[in-house]
Amino acid sequence: MGTTGRFGPYGGQYITETLMNAVMELDKAYEKYKGDPEFISELKALYRDYAGRPSLLTYAEKMTADLGGAKIYLKREDLNHTGSHKINNCLGQILLAQKMGKTRIIAETGAGQHGVATATVCALLGMECEIFMGRLDTERQALNVYRMELLGAKVHPVTTGTETLKDAVNEAMREWTSRIDDTHYCLGSVMGPHPFPMMVRDFQKIIGEEIKEQMMAAEGKLPDAVIACVGGGSNAMGAFYDFIEDRSVRLIGCEAAGEGAETPRTAATIATGRLGIFHGMKSLFCQDEFGQIAPVYSISAGLDYPGIGPEHAELYRTGRAEYVPVTDEEAVQAFEYLSRTEGIIPAIESAHAVAYAMKLAPTLGKDRTVVINISGRGDKDVAAIARYRGRDIHD
Amino acid sequence: MIKIEEAFRNGKAFIPFITGGDPDLDTTRELLLAMQDAGASLIEIGVPFSDPIAEGPVIQEADNRALSGGCTTDGLFDMVKGVRDRIRVPLVFMTYVNPIFSYGSDRFMERCEECGICGVIVPDVPFEEKDELSDICRAHGIGLISMIAPTSRNRIHAIAKEAEGFLYCVSSLGVTGVRREITTDVGEMIRLVREVSDIPCAVGFGISTPEQAGQMAKVSDGAIVGSAIVKIVAQYGKDCVPHVKDYVRRMCEAVAQA
Repeated sequence: MGTTGRFGPYGGQYITETLMNAVMELDKAYEKYKGDPEFISELKALYRDYAGRPSLLTYAEKMTADLGGAKIYLKREDLNHTGSHKINNCLGQILLAQKMGKTRIIAETGAGQHGVATATVCALLGMECEIFMGRLDTERQALNVYRMELLGAKVHPVTTGTETLKDAVNEAMREWTSRIDDTHYCLGSVMGPHPFPMMVRDFQKIIGEEIKEQMMAAEGKLPDAVIACVGGGSNAMGAFYDFIEDRSVRLIGCEAAGEGAETPRTAATIATGRLGIFHGMKSLFCQDEFGQIAPVYSISAGLDYPGIGPEHAELYRTGRAEYVPVTDEEAVQAFEYLSRTEGIIPAIESAHAVAYAMKLAPTLGKDRTVVINISGRGDKDVAAIARYRGRDIHD
Repeated sequence: MIKIEEAFRNGKAFIPFITGGDPDLDTTRELLLAMQDAGASLIEIGVPFSDPIAEGPVIQEADNRALSGGCTTDGLFDMVKGVRDRIRVPLVFMTYVNPIFSYGSDRFMERCEECGICGVIVPDVPFEEKDELSDICRAHGIGLISMIAPTSRNRIHAIAKEAEGFLYCVSSLGVTGVRREITTDVGEMIRLVREVSDIPCAVGFGISTPEQAGQMAKVSDGAIVGSAIVKIVAQYGKDCVPHVKDYVRRMCEAVAQA
């Protein structure tokens, strides 16, 4: 007992009895299909012909010259169909759900990227789709709400708690409890009860595998650092996983510090959280002294989560990966910088990783290389950034 | 200390639930005494949590009211400790694992023991994870109450064999809250329990009327009601005590006749 789906002391299956058989069946199905040649080739074909994989690795020549240090490469998950890395996981999970005989998919979403990717794959594979999204996020990301509806999904604004990502997860879990037989909960990050953290990581690890291959082709060596933003942590886990055994490669996760990790307006879990058990997993969480989950804040609706995936908690505990806080202001500056310098508008989530790379690269020699995972494109954020800069444009 | 089993000694049990600190701890104290007078066999007190994922809207809102009213785990312990001399029925806490774990599981159970709480119900600690709490609970004489659900099927035997105090039978899929009818074959769930254990079984989730409570008590050892009571608390606020007392009395009568 208590040993399933652990990453060191983290992970587990802390969920209600009603859902236990569902997650155990999912675990069994995943174990069966992940080595199934037919499933693998179907998924690979979808990655290639539908999502547009492999995604490019772009050398950021002007940024490199401007910062005057390490060579900077951008892993272009923003170029995937639907504009983010989320499609990788959705194709995997929803294909698996279909194999399991499920006909209905539910999912949570923060910024809307996972919701859009889920709705997209449901349209493709002919599944019924319902998305739970915090009411505040439906306002911050109104365009994505309409996009999901256009794709045939039903969007439920969640009005409980802080009305953001955490509450969307609560509501999706509640919904799953009430309807299990025909329904799969397509969790969007490397979090929740086992097997989700492992399964979502496996569906995302293609990012790191491609980075490795592309860096070997471009530079003939491994990168010195891989940098990615972390909310729940799926794009970072996907980018990091294939490098864990390559000890020379620094793995750096960038957390959303909001107005500062020292202020209450933050979502930096590693910097400010402590050990807890929530949303099905033992991990680190932002919480008060009595274990009440803290209301967190970030300009980025996708990083606005009070916890972190259990495998990240373990990478932090063992020192294999580093986690750094990045503020709203730093992220917005990086958003503008990458747009101007390279003609690439990154998602505000990914801009957190860009911001840290801008600090790190100048401290490294010109013979060094760093890869930033551009987990998504920033079209969805343009109106919000304009507002942040004091210009009111409608979505 | 009072034992959980005592709740089932005089026939079928009626088990009311209230959220601690909703609307304030003084009202919670009066409710405990009033429900005991009205005939409650055992009382469940919810330790409010910010994100109660097994609860429907009624209890979610109660948790919000309690927390925004300033109720803390320590405040709740102190209130229970203050009233324990006047309580003759078993009291159990229902909460989520994080408020326990974050408080320090050992310290939490030690305080339960000190304050006269004889069991805990923790819906997000399933059978597979109960090692998280079971040894600590045992060390302090606190019953860790297990749950079975309509989806448990092949799991019922394993859960029932190791169950302590009483077995909480979840009547329906979904979260807590009033339901017009309960369609699960609860009798069949209990028959599976009985194949391996004679532990008392109480049925909860969705029960609000005396008829439903009677029906569920007929096929089990008792009925648990939460949302219907919390609704009365929400409606009358600090003046809720006589209304809750009336309701609990009617429910106790229905269960006794089952």
